[in-house]
Amino acid sequence: MGGYSYGELGAIFAMQGFSGISLFSVLLLMALGLAIIFGQMGVINMAHGEFMAVGAYTTYLMSSLTESFFPAFLPYYFILSIALAFIVAGAMGYLAEYVLIRHLYSRPLDTLLATWGLSLIMQQSFRSIFGAREVSPTLPEWLLGAYPATDMIDIPINGLFVLGLTIVVTLGVFYLMFKSSWGLRVRATTQNRVMSGAVGINTKKIDRFTFALGCGIAGIAGAAFTTIASTGPTTGTLYIVDTFMVVVFGGAASLFGTIASAFSIAQAQSILEFFISGSMAKVFTLLVLVLILMFKPEGLFASKVRR
Amino acid sequence: MSIYSLVPAKSSTNKRAVTQVTGKSRSFLKSLCTIPVSLVLAAHMGFATAADVNTTGLAVTDDTVTVGILHSLTGTMAISETGAQQAEKLAIKQINDMGGILGRQIKVIQEDGASDWPTFAEKSRKLLVQDKVAAVFGAWTSASRKAILPVFEKENGLLYYPTFYEGLEQSKNVIYTGQEATQQILDGLNWVAKEKKAKTFYLIGSDYIWPRTSMKIARKHIENVLGGKVVGEEYKPLGDTQFGSVINKIRLRKPDVIYAAVVGGSNVAWFKQLKAAGINSKKQTLLTISVTEDEVLGIGGENLEGFYSIMKYFQSQDNANNKAFVKAFKEMWGEDSVIGDVTQAAYLGPWLWKAAVERAGSFDVDKVVAESEKGDIELTTAPEGYVKLHENHHLWSKARVGQWNKDGQATVVYTSELIEPDPFPAGYQ
Repeated sequence: MGGYSYGELGAIFAMQGFSGISLFSVLLLMALGLAIIFGQMGVINMAHGEFMAVGAYTTYLMSSLTESFFPAFLPYYFILSIALAFIVAGAMGYLAEYVLIRHLYSRPLDTLLATWGLSLIMQQSFRSIFGAREVSPTLPEWLLGAYPATDMIDIPINGLFVLGLTIVVTLGVFYLMFKSSWGLRVRATTQNRVMSGAVGINTKKIDRFTFALGCGIAGIAGAAFTTIASTGPTTGTLYIVDTFMVVVFGGAASLFGTIASAFSIAQAQSILEFFISGSMAKVFTLLVLVLILMFKPEGLFASKVRR
Repeated sequence: MSIYSLVPAKSSTNKRAVTQVTGKSRSFLKSLCTIPVSLVLAAHMGFATAADVNTTGLAVTDDTVTVGILHSLTGTMAISETGAQQAEKLAIKQINDMGGILGRQIKVIQEDGASDWPTFAEKSRKLLVQDKVAAVFGAWTSASRKAILPVFEKENGLLYYPTFYEGLEQSKNVIYTGQEATQQILDGLNWVAKEKKAKTFYLIGSDYIWPRTSMKIARKHIENVLGGKVVGEEYKPLGDTQFGSVINKIRLRKPDVIYAAVVGGSNVAWFKQLKAAGINSKKQTLLTISVTEDEVLGIGGENLEGFYSIMKYFQSQDNANNKAFVKAFKEMWGEDSVIGDVTQAAYLGPWLWKAAVERAGSFDVDKVVAESEKGDIELTTAPEGYVKLHENHHLWSKARVGQWNKDGQATVVYTSELIEPDPFPAGYQ
């Protein structure tokens, strides 16, 4: 690395570190919702990406509405639309579970097909409602640009925002799952559905809310990603592969595993990408992933689940 | 349309009729009946029957001619291809309002390529074999063009292809109305080297054929002609939305110019993250070959402000042709529509076809191609200004550099001379 001062190298190192953490928060936010649904219910939700798109489109709608009716509210609408994205995507998830998923619990492969069909239906609905072109909400000024930490270090504000949001959502999920009585019932249902039912837990209701929660978190992720990329009818498909990669690598039923997996994939990807080209970095990351999964098919953190 | 232009067509019909006589006596009788009638019609009304202008069984009747439009209406590419098919329909409507071609109204059969290359091939076979269309306006990506090319060559169809592309192709059955690589890339690099005193370049693109070929040409030009240096060359997988590491690499190499060919959803992420990383036009010159008004809709003008695109057409171009075109386009497709480079190039297709058909006095593909290959069909009414069809099936056109404004429109800051198309540039392969 001739020709660069230590200051410069330090600055690049710091920013590179941040871009790794930033990718980590993106992957984690994407995967959390899926990990809940996959891990707790064993449902492979192929429409997860589309629920993210629902969140993103909600943000876009809010942005357009705010712009035309309450322009003064523009700097703040984004926070509100994240909450709304959670509610809208959650409600649609609730509906999807009620109409579709609950009839297929005993047939895991069929849920895969059914949710894939659902994702196609949702994509075409987006196209009919919002048009085929990609859209972007107008972001508030405070979300754009960079925070100049020193002369040489610029930290992207949208990256900081997504990081902060991921931390809040992750803590929220942990509280719900491990500290609340609702979480206790969810975990009980996961461990032994029949027994949970026998002791008076309404497992059907638990399923419905778990699915809605997972979809709602996908909605939050979608809203947050409007700060990074645009939204189109097929946006969801861009994310779904990475999302599954994180969940499977982490160990399907473990939230800790999801975090560890998102972190290691993000760091590997971002560091490799700095030294070799983007496509090759992806190839190497996937190769290592495949190798590890060959020896640990259950993923990084396999939790004990009664089957 | 003058009567004179029909005379050569007439005599060739007579020859054909005579040769038929030797074959079947029944058709001889038929021919005897039709020849005088058509001659009388032609002489008095300036009108030729379908058999006169179409000897190869195309879907041409006495008052209509059928063409195909083949773009993706669904799937990933629908975003880009929507504008192109809208422009083609506008041109066809305008031609019909003017009285059509050779006295025939143009009928359109539209097929959906669905962003899927085998589907493109299948649909083009359907259009050529089953519908017998006289010409097809369509395809957008190079991948879809490569998929349908064998079909057009086998069935002897005629395709008008609108997208700027990597060059290295010239088929008898295709007219390329977009610019090939040298027409877009070289002048843009020359401009940035001269105006911005650029010496070092960082090349970044999506990972598929068009960006890679374009960058190959760009690198040769930078190193061999401009005497500059490429300090980095990077390709990201299609659809990738994480540019943090690449942006850091760019920061480290400090190029005078970032030269970008990122497409699709990645494009939006790339510009949003550049802005978020504090890299803007005040600190950094960026020239891209993959952003038109269509893409800006998704990227957002505020993320692009001050950066440059090299294209042959911008919606903001100030000339009478373009003003009329933009007005007509918005009347037909809505006030909010934007018009990008490819949309304009797609609009040229039907007009170029009309010019060639009228000269040939026939819809026969071979005759239309022969006229097109004479290299003197010109359109003075093109929204981009003026274009002329070269012997090599590409268009003479000008390159333009536009600087993006916050409102999503570009200000044209440089216009080149008319550039000769050269799909197989020597020294760049």
